[in-house]
Amino acid sequence: MTRFAMVIDTKTCIGCGDCVVACKTENRVPDGLNRDWIVEATQGKYPQLTTEFRSERCNHCSNATCVTLCPTGASHHWKGTNIVLVDPDMCTGCKACIAACPYDARLVMHPDGYVDKCTFCHHRVEEGLDPACVSSCPTRCMHFGSLDDTGSEVSRLLKTRQYKVLKPETGNEPNVYYLV
Amino acid sequence: MKEELFVTARGNALIDPSLHIWTWEVAMYLFLGGLTAGIMVFAAYIAIARKDEEAPFAATRLALLAPIALSLGMTTLFLDLEHKLFVFRFYTAFKVLSPMSWGAWILIVIYPVSILQILSTLRAGYPQVSPYVDRFSIGKQLLDWCEAYRRQIAMVAIPFGIALGIYTGILLSAFSARPFWNSGVLGPLFLVSGLSTAAALVALVARKHSEKVLFTRIDLVLIAAELALVALFIVNLASGTEQQLIALDSIMSGPYTLVFWVLFVGVGLLVPLVLELLEIRGFARRVAIVAPVLVLLGGYVLRQVMIDIGQESSWTRYDTQYNAELLQRLHD
Repeated sequence: MTRFAMVIDTKTCIGCGDCVVACKTENRVPDGLNRDWIVEATQGKYPQLTTEFRSERCNHCSNATCVTLCPTGASHHWKGTNIVLVDPDMCTGCKACIAACPYDARLVMHPDGYVDKCTFCHHRVEEGLDPACVSSCPTRCMHFGSLDDTGSEVSRLLKTRQYKVLKPETGNEPNVYYLV
Repeated sequence: MKEELFVTARGNALIDPSLHIWTWEVAMYLFLGGLTAGIMVFAAYIAIARKDEEAPFAATRLALLAPIALSLGMTTLFLDLEHKLFVFRFYTAFKVLSPMSWGAWILIVIYPVSILQILSTLRAGYPQVSPYVDRFSIGKQLLDWCEAYRRQIAMVAIPFGIALGIYTGILLSAFSARPFWNSGVLGPLFLVSGLSTAAALVALVARKHSEKVLFTRIDLVLIAAELALVALFIVNLASGTEQQLIALDSIMSGPYTLVFWVLFVGVGLLVPLVLELLEIRGFARRVAIVAPVLVLLGGYVLRQVMIDIGQESSWTRYDTQYNAELLQRLHD
């Protein structure tokens, strides 16, 4: 499996939301729905508080429960990669994948009724471009690439920096990494 | 302190503020699916145990209710689909690891088995209808064949009925992302509950006293088993992960405590248990209609409560004050 990963540096993310706007524009995401979002996590006790900004989306899990539980095969790994896509022509709108996602990252695309989600902008990845959110980030805190290529920027960052993924205990093997 | 807030607005329909993708349609389907399973199993049991004399309704007429209940259930399930025109896609694939895919195919197999079961007692149970089938030579041959092989058909109906009943629970328990559902006890619990509702249905509808007594007895055992499984389910969650402990809180000291303990365990299990015990000893005959009605109600409440709590239980929790309705103002 070719593993594409997103590496997001929480030390340089300022939570501006440009990635969210870029996604909505690039993918024409309907009003009221978002494929990505930003979380501000604050920990500690005043005045010793630490804040972390995280740009979150589908984790394009290598072991994706949404793909496993989809009854029709609409939810699938794109071309042998870890990129999880939904084929609208196969989707019955049963919503099993929405329940199957421990990150609550999937949504029903109204008014058509099929399930929609972040695609890692696979249409751009195919052309060798970064996903829209990554390429629009003004602080360049987001990085995208293949983990199979040991020389790629994402591989290098994960080799040299401390990182975490969200809820690794789900066993889903998420592929969005946060540098901490 | 740990606080996780949305910085950008997120009010994704069906997901925020907590998951609410499935409502009464799915609960009703799970209830009717379980009921269908029980109907098939009991119609088959009477045939195999040769209890036609003792339970004439279950022996000859009950089986007809299976495809009716199942079709109603599949209708509500269909209502739940968001992409209805693509419903046929359930049958262009078989996904071994998806219980929902198993379920879709089990439903397809259930129909012919159930119809053979009906035909095997059609002449005895529905003499008004059987002449219309007997009129055609192929219909007559079919009825003859089904009657001759009634017990063999029953032996096939039992495993398929059990598969249908247990899959409705496994369907939910397979969602590792929903801590409240993530218990292996759910399959047996839904199966036993389905069997119990079917036994209650027979006790409610049957006319013959011996049949009412037989199915009240069966129901008593099933209610006791269901209580034990509910206890195991709670032990399972209580000894589980942090997420499961949080999920369990919703029935121990949270918003669902009352509906779970009073409506499901109390009204749906304990009250009918006591009433049925009294009935068997010859008391409370005049209110014999109450216990089976409560069992049927309890069967539905179980599904509805499971559906509601399971969806709310999650690995992900954000504090959000975002109000999706504000977006509407952009258009006004």
